[in-house]
Amino acid sequence: MSLETFIQQLANGISLGSLYALIAIGYTMVYGILRLINFAHSDIFMVGAYFAFFLIAVFKLPWLVSAILAIVLTACVGMTIDRIAYRPVRNAPRISALITAVGVSFFLENLGLVTVGARPKPFQRPDLMARVIRIGPAAISGVSIWVPILSIGLVAILLYVIYRTKLGMAMRSVATDIDTTRLMGVNVDTVISYTFAIGSALAAAGGIMWACKYPQINPLMGIYPGWKAFTAAVIGGIGNITGAMIGGFVIGLIEIMAVAAFPALSGYRDGMIFGLLLVFLLVRPTGILGETLKEKV
Amino acid sequence: MRRLLLGIVVAIILISLGAVVQSAAPEPIVIGCNLEMTGQVAAYGQAAWEGINIVSQIVKPEVLGRPVEFSVLDNKSDKIDTANASSRLIERDKVVAIIGPMISGSMLAAGEVCEKKEVPIIGPTTTNPLTTQGKKYVFRACFIDPFQATIAATYCYRDLNAKTAAILSDISNDYCVALGNFFQQEFERLGGKVVSLTYCKAGDQDYSAQLTDIKTKNPDIIYIPNYYTEAALAVVQARDLGLKQPVFGADGIATEEFLAIGGKAVEGVMHTTFWHEKAAESELSKKYVELYRAKYGADDEVNVFGALAADCYLIVLDAIKRAGSTDPKKVAEAIEATKDLPVVTGSVTIENGDAIKPVVFREVKNGKWDYKTMVYP
Repeated sequence: MSLETFIQQLANGISLGSLYALIAIGYTMVYGILRLINFAHSDIFMVGAYFAFFLIAVFKLPWLVSAILAIVLTACVGMTIDRIAYRPVRNAPRISALITAVGVSFFLENLGLVTVGARPKPFQRPDLMARVIRIGPAAISGVSIWVPILSIGLVAILLYVIYRTKLGMAMRSVATDIDTTRLMGVNVDTVISYTFAIGSALAAAGGIMWACKYPQINPLMGIYPGWKAFTAAVIGGIGNITGAMIGGFVIGLIEIMAVAAFPALSGYRDGMIFGLLLVFLLVRPTGILGETLKEKV
Repeated sequence: MRRLLLGIVVAIILISLGAVVQSAAPEPIVIGCNLEMTGQVAAYGQAAWEGINIVSQIVKPEVLGRPVEFSVLDNKSDKIDTANASSRLIERDKVVAIIGPMISGSMLAAGEVCEKKEVPIIGPTTTNPLTTQGKKYVFRACFIDPFQATIAATYCYRDLNAKTAAILSDISNDYCVALGNFFQQEFERLGGKVVSLTYCKAGDQDYSAQLTDIKTKNPDIIYIPNYYTEAALAVVQARDLGLKQPVFGADGIATEEFLAIGGKAVEGVMHTTFWHEKAAESELSKKYVELYRAKYGADDEVNVFGALAADCYLIVLDAIKRAGSTDPKKVAEAIEATKDLPVVTGSVTIENGDAIKPVVFREVKNGKWDYKTMVYP
């Protein structure tokens, strides 16, 4: 591999990894606080992209306004899902919540198929995202530069919220012990509701960025990115936000570099990533940054 | 209590009356449609269903004095679901014949089921040669992949003067892998060289690594024999990466979605396909184009997948008529004997389950498919 190729592949890897990181953060945050793997996360990702699509294509709103509105709307969807699907099983065994999450995931996918149809729709990319920037030998699309900045920015904000605000304190408290938190006079349901709102907003941001990079959306678009991001979250140490970020970049880089090194095996890149997930689950189930947990789903 | 009893008696009388009325009308003949209404190639299945609906306005769904009904099942573009849908159509709906699926991988799965149950199945656009090989009940209304890929390779080598090529095919679909192989064989037989051979998988959205490999090898042409979403995304990313080579595709990209997702990036992309509305010469073809336009707007291009599904409908209807029976076995024999039947895409003759059809070349110009030429076998 020549240096030029290596630099281009490195740029490809960072760009893909930062998208995985953005989705993985949402996965891991909800898990960290509720010990729930929210399988619907990847479909909320899809919902976010569709909101942006309709706001741009049907209501003709400017791109940035559409993106922000889509994120807000998706946050509301996340809160609604929590209210309807997760709150009733809050005190049930954890496995019930997990199955509910799978159910919500299927529900959103099929709702998408029925309402917007299965045929993919073209997503309009703003010039800022579509423009190709050439740095030395590497060609990088605008979105690939914005996403890492956005991801790191969002992680910083998220860490601030969790460790420096009252809401964050309540969230950490819920993560430790729900019943005791309730005894302290905290409205646990509101806190969890906010958790879902933030998680869904992150998913929506990921979905919109994904659609800008790969300008096509369909109701099943979240499945693969979702699994990859989930893998990233586990490899980084599920529940750990910085870990999810690192996991995302690791997955993105491995995926691209594996293809770069073995072009003939490029059809098996997903297999390689999920193989890595298996290795991690067997050897180091707590991931790169994870702490040992007493209980797991 | 008495009222309840009376109600039951009245209900029984009504039901039995209904049965009498029903048996008086001729029993409908059911044709199964095993189509990709959702999933990876939803655009094909939905286009096929549109095509069948349009053509049944021209040739009424009636044969042997009995009405024809359709039983449509969604196979989700999935091999296993397609096989299951075939079983269900045969067992539950007692269909005479099945139209669909649209893609070869699924037909390989469904063909096994139909061969065992001895019910004919005809794929509008299942181009992989293996689908009909050694099978008495599996048919297709289109040409086969070795033919389309060989002609594409010859065109690239001779007319576009390409000496080196890159192939990026979808490893999870029999159709894409086979096309890539046939193209490579012919291209190298002619004296060219395939310098980069990479793969992707159905549903993949990122092709940057494969395309960077292609960029390094710098071939004269890029052959992408994949389905429309994957192909469009790959071309968009290729242009983003600064690849300027001409891109060649196969019949799988003949959808609106390819043009819409690809936008400016797919300008100049060439491909081999089954038919183009400009080649519509017969009365039937012209009527079909007219009805299509009336329904989907004057600017809309007549979808090739729909046209071939319409062909299948005509082939099956004609076969039932000639067989003079709804016995699936006899219908299968009649389909095999189809000769010079006028259909939407011209006329069709079936030999060993395969339709003998020409290849059409098209190129994207100003965001539309532009007809270039037609090559006869």
